[in-house]
Amino acid sequence: MEHTESAVRAACRAWLEAHWDPNRGLIEWRNILIDSGWGAPAWPKRWHGLDLPTGLVPVVEEEMARIGAVGVAKAGIRVLASATILAHGSDMQKEKFLRRSMTGEDTWCQLFSEPGSGSDVAGAVTRADMRGNHWVVNGQKVWTTSAHKADWGLLLARTDWDQRKHKGLSYFILDMKQQGVTVQPLRQMNGHASFNQVFITDALVPPEMLVANVGDGWEVTTTTLMHERRGADGLRSWAQASDRPEHIYQEERAEIATVMEPYKWYPQRAGRVDLLMPRAIETGAIDDPVVRQELAKLLIMAKSAEWTARRARAAQEQGRPQGPEGSLGKLAASHIARAAARLHTTMAGANALLTGPDSPLGGLIAEILVSVPATSIAGGTDEIQRNIIAERVLKMPREPSIDSDRPFRDVPRNTVR
Amino acid sequence: MKFSFSAEQDEFRGNLRRLLAERVPTKEVRRLMETAAGWEREGWRQLDGTLGLSAIAIPEEFGGYGFGFGELCIVLEEMGRALVPAPYLATSLAARAILHVGSAADRTALLPGIASGVTIATLASAEDAGNWEAEATTLTATSGGDGWRLDGHKSFVLDGHIADLILVLARAPGSAGAKGVSLFAVEAGAAGFTWQALAVMDPTRKLARLTFDGVAARLIGTAGEAAAPYRRTMTEAAVALANEMVGGAERLREDALAYAMMRMQFGRTIASFQSMKHKQADMLLEVELAKSAAYYAAAAIDEGDDDAEAVASLAKAGAADAYVQTAIHAIQIHGGIGFTWDNDTHLWFKRAKSSEVLFGDGQHHREIMMRNWAA
Ligand SMILES: Cc1cc2nc3c(=O)[nH]c(=O)nc-3n(C[C@H](O)[C@H](O)[C@H](O)COP(=O)(O)OP(=O)(O)OC[C@H]3O[C@@H](n4cnc5c(N)ncnc54)[C@H](O)[C@@H]3O)c2cc1C
Repeated sequence: MEHTESAVRAACRAWLEAHWDPNRGLIEWRNILIDSGWGAPAWPKRWHGLDLPTGLVPVVEEEMARIGAVGVAKAGIRVLASATILAHGSDMQKEKFLRRSMTGEDTWCQLFSEPGSGSDVAGAVTRADMRGNHWVVNGQKVWTTSAHKADWGLLLARTDWDQRKHKGLSYFILDMKQQGVTVQPLRQMNGHASFNQVFITDALVPPEMLVANVGDGWEVTTTTLMHERRGADGLRSWAQASDRPEHIYQEERAEIATVMEPYKWYPQRAGRVDLLMPRAIETGAIDDPVVRQELAKLLIMAKSAEWTARRARAAQEQGRPQGPEGSLGKLAASHIARAAARLHTTMAGANALLTGPDSPLGGLIAEILVSVPATSIAGGTDEIQRNIIAERVLKMPREPSIDSDRPFRDVPRNTVR
Repeated sequence: MKFSFSAEQDEFRGNLRRLLAERVPTKEVRRLMETAAGWEREGWRQLDGTLGLSAIAIPEEFGGYGFGFGELCIVLEEMGRALVPAPYLATSLAARAILHVGSAADRTALLPGIASGVTIATLASAEDAGNWEAEATTLTATSGGDGWRLDGHKSFVLDGHIADLILVLARAPGSAGAKGVSLFAVEAGAAGFTWQALAVMDPTRKLARLTFDGVAARLIGTAGEAAAPYRRTMTEAAVALANEMVGGAERLREDALAYAMMRMQFGRTIASFQSMKHKQADMLLEVELAKSAAYYAAAAIDEGDDDAEAVASLAKAGAADAYVQTAIHAIQIHGGIGFTWDNDTHLWFKRAKSSEVLFGDGQHHREIMMRNWAA
């Protein structure tokens, strides 16, 4: 297959027409899709892919949507897990995890933040010590989205306290379904409880579940975070349940309602820009000159951000690797979400005081208003994104570091543990 | 090509950027802006001729190179970056007006002169009220035994004091709205035509007020039918200016960054202070968003998109806000020196302010977006 839009479209369409069958089981179908390479077409041929340039992936997605085919499982931390394992994992890890992440059989969480280290992820004090032939993990993680649903966790832990801060970390794949791991959901300001505290006491990690080498934890974490930030560029679409009757759609609806449940408010946290115009028309606010101006300002920002993300992707096509530019998109997304929430409030008028089924759009607007603050915190705060842009893109001087020049055990830390 | 440039386009941009840096350094910008005309014909002809800038977007059949609107916007972006005082934007828009409004005969008569770089042209549409829409035209055109005659004023006319050829929007006496509006071509030497240079805030962008007192004019296209094709021209004007603006905004951002990296206070560069870093990050975000919109809009023109008008206004309003904000930040980053005449920042600051208003301000363009999208 040539790597041109028409060749890819034709090949994908022909394959789908020959193989798509909505009466198959969800996992069965996803396995067929993965075997064909169309499930993750941008991945290497050796690992379930077709080596397709990422710029052509939308063509595949369009063809899938055209015929109504269900895709591989994509939402949530699994995408970050796959990207990280693909970049740094061993062959054994790729074999064990990539397929099952895509079929949806395995669910993931990201165990980075701790009570004493959030923005400062590299300050993690959760420890992993080699005892006998296993790593033994002790510590506490927090804000861990979906930990209560997860089979596996991407774990950042300290393995060497005599090394400097960033050098003493290692990256593991932690089996969440073991005795030493206790998950406690935390209620959020929007009433949902999709993030958790995770208490880890003498949890075990076999040596082959170390990702890359001992001491490489920071580098691997950076890969995960860059993918996370790039994912916040607004180009991602969330899984939408189809209401079609065939068997596979029933299974997909069940998946969205259960495993994907923690993410059901995620579209709202981005501000639901898509709802602004319909709401303006429905409420009559469209005739208000102030609303018109504010809506236009927001559309300028949202469209420009979308086009910037596409420019970044096109540049990547031309051979530049995923870099810190993802931080630009994430910062834009925060501005957009906040502006959208403000406009939704204006258009709701006094009804913005209400929540629940009798409030605008059955509570959806209220959910936007109380979910948007997550956008500028999760995945690295706006301030951290600005630091990254200034230091890595603009090459401005780094913040003075008073904790990276000595063994980590001598670094002053939060007393919270 | 909405999201990337071809290798040829990148190469062209690189050559042009080098050429402008060499031939029109800021010292030269300052020298020219202090002259009454703000420009010198001979110098411009040489610069223009080196790369054939005036011919870029004019079709080959009329003596041009036949490149797209996208290439024209690359030139404008680089000119905005270098702040080249030249009647290039004015002449380009006049050429677009002739292309859109004119008949085959009009194009054959007028475009080759522009493509060769000999004719300096401009588009005169706004009047004393400062409204660039065809509907606002009050200058009248009457047709008599000896052809068309124009009476009235135009104002805020780009390079109106140096143009050889002026494209004038006029209306039939007694007509109103979009009806009865026609485009005419007037030669600068015509009897009854006078110009007066306006005292402008932005010395790198000269404007004139024009007076027409029974001036003989050539009708361009069909009488009374100019409003729609003129509107298309103004859509392109918005995109052209947006691209010029993002060039200037990026230059300001880069200069402010370079200054911050060098200026020491408290024993360290000011670039090491977090508030300065965050400001630079915000500036990068704003300028990149504006660039994306400007590039997208240029491609939308070339690809004949249905919503090109809305996208053009989006790009214009977005670029104006980004440029002005970048200019404000840039002065702040420079501190006291940023408020001096000797420091170059104010040249771009003033260009940002003049561009914000030219061809309609942000409020005007946001309303155009909404008229298109909130149907
Ligand atoms: C909805 C949600 C989901 C999340 N999901 C996960 C998850 O799945 N896994 C996970 O590991 N984490 C997750 N997080 C945690 C998130 O990554 C952290 O909350 C975030 O990185 C901030 O860390 P912190 O909460 O410790 O705040 P702090 O780091 O204490 O920050 C507090 C304030 O100080 C500012 N600040 C800190 N350092 C600097 C600096 N160097 N310069 C300037 N300002 C600074 C911050 O910007 C912020 O405003 C989630 C958070 C949210 C809200």
